[in-house]
Order: sequence, then structure tokens, then C-alpha cells
Amino acid sequence: MGAPSAMNEAKPGTGATPRKAPGAPMWLLAELTYKCPLHCVFCSNPTDYADHMSELPTEDWKRVFREARAMGAVQLGFSGGEPLLRDDLEELVAEARQLGFYTNLITSGIGLTDKRAAALKQAGLDHIQLSFQDSTKELNDFLSSTRTFELKNKVAAIIKGQGYPMVLNCVMHRYNLPHVGRIIDMAERMGADFLELANTQYYGWAWLNRTALMPTPQELADAEAIVDSHRLRLAGRMKILWVSPDYVDAKPKPCMAGWGAVFLVVAPDGVALPCHSARMLPGLDFPNVREHGVSWIWRDSDAFNRYRGTEWMSETCLSCDQHEKDFGGCRCQAFLVTGNAAATDPVCPKSPDRHLIDEAIKGAVLGSHEPAAQPLKFVPGAARSGSLWYRTDANSRTLTGAHDTTDPVGEPA
Amino acid sequence: MSPTPAVADAARPALAPMYRMQFEPAQDCWVLLYPEGLVKLNGPASEILKRCDGKTTVADLTEDLQRAFNEPDLRADVGEFLGDAYERGWIV
Repeated sequence: MGAPSAMNEAKPGTGATPRKAPGAPMWLLAELTYKCPLHCVFCSNPTDYADHMSELPTEDWKRVFREARAMGAVQLGFSGGEPLLRDDLEELVAEARQLGFYTNLITSGIGLTDKRAAALKQAGLDHIQLSFQDSTKELNDFLSSTRTFELKNKVAAIIKGQGYPMVLNCVMHRYNLPHVGRIIDMAERMGADFLELANTQYYGWAWLNRTALMPTPQELADAEAIVDSHRLRLAGRMKILWVSPDYVDAKPKPCMAGWGAVFLVVAPDGVALPCHSARMLPGLDFPNVREHGVSWIWRDSDAFNRYRGTEWMSETCLSCDQHEKDFGGCRCQAFLVTGNAAATDPVCPKSPDRHLIDEAIKGAVLGSHEPAAQPLKFVPGAARSGSLWYRTDANSRTLTGAHDTTDPVGEPA
Repeated sequence: MSPTPAVADAARPALAPMYRMQFEPAQDCWVLLYPEGLVKLNGPASEILKRCDGKTTVADLTEDLQRAFNEPDLRADVGEFLGDAYERGWIV
């Protein structure tokens, strides 16, 4: 026997040579539905989701799982919307587990009763990721525009009581960063195995609400210092992941470990995407699993090949020694900020568009003097009638015709 | 590294509840699966972890490995790997 060891942490993304044949879609994210009882202002679902509500039936999902698994997919996330709203969830989990997937439920927890958690366990569910909005009832309920805080506490107890590994996920932004110490304490009390402090990535609804959600560099630095002190204290008990706030850290993320490299999202209507957000990119015809096999979609479709390799990259990226590590950053961020999806991620200090990011940060610093971050009283629909959803020009353009027919909270004030 | 409970001769290490170990035909290797991630294991690592069933002692599984691979003394290798695996939270 040689020296025993793990060969490597399989976060692929090794080298991005032009037109290299893709490896397997190791990570399959099944967005089972766009329906959701919450109304979070930072949701990553597309802002026009109301146009895509026709859901794949059970048998189509099972076929997608089989095909992806045969290609070597290993991780399967059940997401949404709220995946618990699908009453075939247990059946889908059972199928996935039987195929050999490690199955992850990514949920708000709404609808997770003791009985359902047990049925999912029986079906073979491996892990539950529970989202939280804040450590306080007021802010949790305000940000999700629902009364859910106590319910989430109960759900966390159910998850732990049934022996599931539990990851808590909290999207971080200007409103809850000052509470980060209390959020960590809460996760510890709940017995989380892992706490993901996901600094807001500005896509979907979060992009529309960017101005309101964006913290100042100082607020981020203060919060990160608190995180670091807790990390030392909690070493060996609860891991804490601090997702880099890439605007301020000025370091492009190796988004999805590369376009079409390991990550495959199937949206509720069957559209296959390389990430949660790519549907809004112009000029790409994303294939649908109702019409194509997963193998063709992954290996041969134009959409999945568009930003593989390096041929599409800007001169800024091609001449940089990081381009096979960060893959030029995020295509969606490049498009949203610069209007060009092939541009260097504008958070990069080398990007000719970096000033656009700096201006957004400057806006947050100037805006921080206004008392916007004090929504301490729950008002149903407040997130909608307040400034959060209607803060930007992009908001009004994108929302046109979309959510009036679907949002259950009520009409805007 | 300080001695860990999972490394002693009489310890009966088991995979931590968060982890699942399985053979992946597509990658032709054993992997450890955990929430939203995986670790590929080389042959020796997988042979040791397969024997971490919570019932077998470290002394017994070492002996078993020595027999299976016709190697005289694997105790140090096994100890080093189990110590590392414990630190990473793979075994309890």
C-alpha cells in the first residue's frame, strides 16, 4: 500500500483550455417549482419567473436524474422556489437516492412537519439546508414578508431530532450584517453542522434591490472580524463559511467552477441552465429537457458551450495569469453590470468597468447615513410597499407584466 | 499531532453521520459524499475507510489490511490516515 490519502477535493475546474470536452455535470440542481411561501428580497430566482410556471412532471424529473447520474453526476440538490410544495418530493428523493445521488434538500422549512421529515428520511434524503433571514423575528419576517421565524425554529429542531446533517444558510446584507454575532449564536444553539453566511450576490431580485441591500465596506469588515473570532471558538464543532462579498473584496469568483464545467441547473419548466441566473442572458437559447437528452444538452448544446474554454474571453482576461483559475469571473454579473456577458467580471480590479462597482459601493456609503435599515416592525407586504423592490430603474423595467399575476402578498401600495 | 480517540488500537472508528462512502463507476474510484461536496479517495484510503464500521477495532482492521494486502506492518500508515480523517471530521 502507498501512503493513504484523499486524492483531491473534487471541486473540479482544472484548466480551461479552449473547447476541452466537458467532464460530468457533478452537481445537478433540480429547481422543482418556482412557487414559494416566502417573498425574499434577495431571491436568486429570475424576476420573470411568472412566465415559466409550467412544471415538469414526476416522470420527466426521474428521467433527468437517471441521465445525469449515468453521466457521473453525484450531488443532487432539490431546490425551488420551495421544493416542499411538490407533493412528489418523497418519490423523487427515493428515486435519486436509489440511483446513488447524495441528496440535498434546500428549503425554507415551510411545510416540513415531523411526519414529512420522517418520510423524506425513509426515502433516503441525506441532508437538509435550511434558510434563515436573520436572528431576530422582526427582521426575518420583514425580509421574507411572512411570519415564519418561530416556525423555522421548530423546523430546525425537527431536522436535528431526526438526525439529519443540517446546514443553515443566511443571506447577508446591510440589514442583518450588524446581527452576525447573534446569527452565529443562533446557529450554534440550533445544532447546525455548518453555517453558510452568504453575502448577497446581486442577481435576480437581489439585483433589483441592490441599492437597498448593499452594505458598506466598513460594515462588511466589522462583520467579518466577528465571524473570525467565532470561528476560533467553534473550531471542530460548527464550520462557518463566509461567502466573499465580491464587490468589496474585488476578487472575481470562479463562478460555478466554470461555465458548464460541473454545475447543471434544471429550472421548474425544464429549461437547462449552467447557473441559477443565466436565463436572463441575451442571445442564448437554453435547451429544455422536455425536448433534449441531458447528455446532448451538456456536451453539445450551443448554450452550454458558449463560455467554455477561453476563446470567448476579453483581452483583459486572456492576458491575465488568473484566467484559468477564475474563468473571468461571472458571466451574469458581467452582463448585469456592463451589458456584455463576455466582459471581464467588473469586480476585478483589472476590469475597465471596475468604476461601475466602485460607484455602487460609494452609493452604499452615502446611503448608509439614511435610516433605511430599521424595519423592526412586521407589516405584511411591507417589503413590497416599501422601497425594497422599487428602488432602481431596472426594477420597474424587469417587473413589467411579471409579478402582478403571481405574487400572493397583494397589490403594491 | 495530538493522539486522537479514533487512532488508538482499541478504538472502533465509524464514518461520521454526515458522510456516505460509495464506489463511483464514472470516476472508477471510491468517494466520500457530504452535503454539497465530495472527496475522491485513493485505493489505500478507501480500503481503510471501508473497514471503519463502528464495530471493528483499529488493531483488527489493521491486521485485516495486512492480511489482505500481504504487507507486514501497516500500523503507522493506518494511524496517520485515521488521524487525518478524524481531524477532517470524516470519522468519529
